[in-house]
Amino acid sequence: MAAKTTSDPTVRPAPHPTDLTAAFWAATTEGRFLIQRCTRCNAAIFYPRVNCTECGSTELVDEDASGRGTVYTFTVARRPTHRAWAETGPYVIAIVELAEGPHVTTNIVECDPDDVRIGMPVEVCFAPEADGVALPLFRPTG
Amino acid sequence: MAMRGRGAVVGVGELKPTRETPGETTLSLMAKAGLAAIDDAGLSFSDIDGMVCHPIGGVSMLTPSTVSELMGLKLNFAEVVDLGGATGAGMIWRAVAAIEAGMCQAVVCITGSSRRPRTPRAGGAKTAGGWSMPDRSAFSEFEVPYGNVGANVGYAMIANRYLHEYGATPEQLAKVAVHQRDNANQNPDAIFYGQPITVDDVLSSPMIADPLHMLEIVMPAGGAAALVVVGPELAQKLPNRPAWLLGAGEQVTHKTITYAPSLTDTAIQASARRAFDQAGVNPAQIGLASVYDCYTITVLLTLEDSGFTPKGTGGRFIEEHDMRWNGDFPVNTHGGQLSFGQPGIAGGMSHVTEAVRQIQGRAGARQVPDLELAFVNGNGGILSEQVSLIFGTER
Repeated sequence: MAAKTTSDPTVRPAPHPTDLTAAFWAATTEGRFLIQRCTRCNAAIFYPRVNCTECGSTELVDEDASGRGTVYTFTVARRPTHRAWAETGPYVIAIVELAEGPHVTTNIVECDPDDVRIGMPVEVCFAPEADGVALPLFRPTG
Repeated sequence: MAMRGRGAVVGVGELKPTRETPGETTLSLMAKAGLAAIDDAGLSFSDIDGMVCHPIGGVSMLTPSTVSELMGLKLNFAEVVDLGGATGAGMIWRAVAAIEAGMCQAVVCITGSSRRPRTPRAGGAKTAGGWSMPDRSAFSEFEVPYGNVGANVGYAMIANRYLHEYGATPEQLAKVAVHQRDNANQNPDAIFYGQPITVDDVLSSPMIADPLHMLEIVMPAGGAAALVVVGPELAQKLPNRPAWLLGAGEQVTHKTITYAPSLTDTAIQASARRAFDQAGVNPAQIGLASVYDCYTITVLLTLEDSGFTPKGTGGRFIEEHDMRWNGDFPVNTHGGQLSFGQPGIAGGMSHVTEAVRQIQGRAGARQVPDLELAFVNGNGGILSEQVSLIFGTER
């Protein structure tokens, strides 16, 4: 049987990096979660931008984030939001506040959906995807 | 006082929302609503020299000329507004600004959407996000892979954060849907006319995305709505009572709620403040709140952030007030989109058409008595685009 491809609607749609996001996605395959740091105002930024969203400076450098954070908010999707999740049962879509400050959309995994709480400490883990990227997910801090 | 008294809405055309629109296209529905609004204004077709529309699926560009060619309009001002659910409200102040700038004299603002039956989740199959064109924005990389697609889960996350920070009871939120349904039962054009519901009905409807129940979520429909905007001189010559635009405000910061400055202090604060400042009135003077209601939580947040009740007290405010057309604080007297239906961009416009009809004294069985001032809020995306308007009976 042929492997499932990205045109298969039951496969989770993988991100396709642009030049702006290539470094972020390359780092995910090494188990690293990059944010940007503004060298002018010190703001921490996610996702990769052209300019600092606080002060407008284009002097941004990549930085390894701690990979730790807390659940800022979440929902349990009881109905699939996309065909790729049609058979998975309820899943958690969340916004995680990184220890460095930025907010990140993710799924909370390795946890019963009904046990997720706002403020819960979480840490990043990576799910390998096709096309040379790994998808950052978050799980309760062990 | 920038907008106050510079223009008025004088004509309304609105098609009854339906679950499906067989034989119609979005463009044909928009033309019908536009013609109805022009006729209602007491204007002839050739009086219209301005038109505002919105992006239309399948029309990749040059949308205003597509509409003008279809309708045969000859335009001095042709505009497209792309603010999601705030589009209808955003059209109105732009039309007044164009008239004030001397570009045109009578502007028809047209919204609409056809609808055909779809298989469940058909939208998800094509490409990331369900769009037919490849999306190279951050959305496709940082939202779609997590299933953060569609509005339900975004508003669910907003609701959960609000409940965590401030608290509100499920019964308080459900009351929004119940009272709006009561309003819809006075509006034969509402899609849920004649189908009253109770708080228990709302809370026993299926959980779609925690904490949102099905009856707290707007239902898609097809339909169209249009309004005619003119300047002061023309407004006073036409048969309908003018609904004067007294103030307007707009605020846009983010697309995806993850990157919003706050989930609970929304961009509505800035848009509403500007509208009230321009109008020179305060929330206590408003007799009708016609505010975007894709979800019950949206109404609660809008009432707080527009200044009708302090931050964190929305649940109690809802509990203490009667939001029906004959109540002490009328909200969404047409039923809101929750009970009127959401015909695409015309759903957001329905809050404007209802405010105009009420100000004009033409709301029939659901007319708010002695109404002088109405507040409208349009909300696009996931609490993204915000446009606030204030209409009055006096210039």
